[in-house]
Amino acid sequence: MSDDIWILGIHMTKFGKHVDKDLIDLASEAAVGALADGGVTMAQMGVLAAGNLMQASSGVGQQLQKQIGQTGIPVYNVANACATGATALRTAIMAVKAGECDMGLAVGVEKLSGAGLLAGGTRRSDGATWEPQGRYGSVASIDGRIGTDIMPGVFAQIGMEYGHKYGGTSFELFARISEKNHAHSTLNPLAAYQKRFTLEEIMGDLMIAYPNTRPMCSANCDGAAAAVVVSDAALAKLSLEQRRRALKVSASVLTSDPYTEGCQVLPDVNTLTRNAAVTAYEQAGIGPEDLDLVELHDCFATAELVHYDNLGLCEPGGAVDLFESGATWRDGDVPVNVSGGLQSKGHPIAATGIANIWEVATHLRNEAGDRQIEHAKVGLAHVIGLGSACGVHILEKAAV
Amino acid sequence: MTDQIPLVDYLVLGDHPHLVANECTACGARYFDRRNACANCSDTEFSKAAIDTTGEVKAFTIVSFAAPGVPVPFVAALVDCGGTSVRANLVNVEPDDSHVTLGMAVRLTTSVMGTDEAGIEAVTFGFEPIHPTEGEAAA
Repeated sequence: MSDDIWILGIHMTKFGKHVDKDLIDLASEAAVGALADGGVTMAQMGVLAAGNLMQASSGVGQQLQKQIGQTGIPVYNVANACATGATALRTAIMAVKAGECDMGLAVGVEKLSGAGLLAGGTRRSDGATWEPQGRYGSVASIDGRIGTDIMPGVFAQIGMEYGHKYGGTSFELFARISEKNHAHSTLNPLAAYQKRFTLEEIMGDLMIAYPNTRPMCSANCDGAAAAVVVSDAALAKLSLEQRRRALKVSASVLTSDPYTEGCQVLPDVNTLTRNAAVTAYEQAGIGPEDLDLVELHDCFATAELVHYDNLGLCEPGGAVDLFESGATWRDGDVPVNVSGGLQSKGHPIAATGIANIWEVATHLRNEAGDRQIEHAKVGLAHVIGLGSACGVHILEKAAV
Repeated sequence: MTDQIPLVDYLVLGDHPHLVANECTACGARYFDRRNACANCSDTEFSKAAIDTTGEVKAFTIVSFAAPGVPVPFVAALVDCGGTSVRANLVNVEPDDSHVTLGMAVRLTTSVMGTDEAGIEAVTFGFEPIHPTEGEAAA
């Protein structure tokens, strides 16, 4: 027996607007789906990690148990910005790896349709008198006066910073990255949007924060995803079919942002992603050249570019050339976001970090239908949450 | 002269307005906000360090969609002031990509953003181009 951890069952709900389903309905659908997919039941789960961001203080895990099985197991309610789903999965993996249980369930769920700007959406009114407040001693809100708090603007600058450092970026280049992901989503029936846009449509759409227009921003929507993880020893006792469909978790890594100059004024999403990727490749004993597909955190078109580099898919500074080569399209050498990515599949925050694992798993199982990446054996899923947290998982097809 | 107060306490007003950072005495890391200890080395001693009033635009975005009450469009930027990264708006420049460019040289400037009930003026800062762009020179 090894100390490997496996994904036994995994499920993703349709992403989009679910008017008839509340948060717990969606979490239940994903959890029950993952259990059924793995051929196991709630009674066999030794731990539950429940990821949710917008209602993080409401005990989502315990609420979920009331609907699908109140078995008394430890529940970890997890919130870690946009890395919440990956953190929930990693929590379940750690419990199994620590030997506390044989099987665990991780769920990520969010209701986010119509949410608008998630940061910088409101600004505190100026007071009647100027009173210095907070750690900057500010007498009024600084959003819009000293830079911007909105995520499309923060991530726009992250992409522009890369362009300043290495050159080659333009409004059109970033829009073409979005064109790719929207095109990919047309093959994904679970995506919130399945509409292909022309480059002109993307560039001519509503400008949010240059160079990010509306379709270049992640789509707020509802959705959930869940995964059952199992120890190597417990998997060995299961059926051949269960073992055949299980996916080996070759790497499971969570990092936070180490101090770098400038991180106090513009979040550094690069260093912690690089650190996570290096550790993940080490754990898995593979390199980026071995990946058959990558789901990365394209919360904005400008973000996808920098993560090509951060995940080592190209030489340092080579992200523009990598994209220009066509390599990251679904028929390229390293298909990126064949699900449609956050821009088109959608980004129900806490669901994202398990939904991208589901996408990779579905290809490795050769069950991805029209969008199947042929002969996929190894895939990587990446998420990042500002603040910051980065999750990287590498999955491998079972050898049986 | 009307009494003035800076929008943030790291903006120093007077004849030569400038920004000032809390600099870690052990490793030199600079912070514009109050820190309990240094995020880089965990030391707890800080001294004040004046920041260069000129710099280079390392990144920018033109925000067209923001919270109610925030005038748009405006240019938000990351400015490299002699090795210290500063978050600021770019001002006195047309908010479009033919006038705002990466690598543009800029300098600190201040402006009154409002007066409160006590008659005190709040003063904010931004960075403006040092050299007018071709578009402006032609205008």
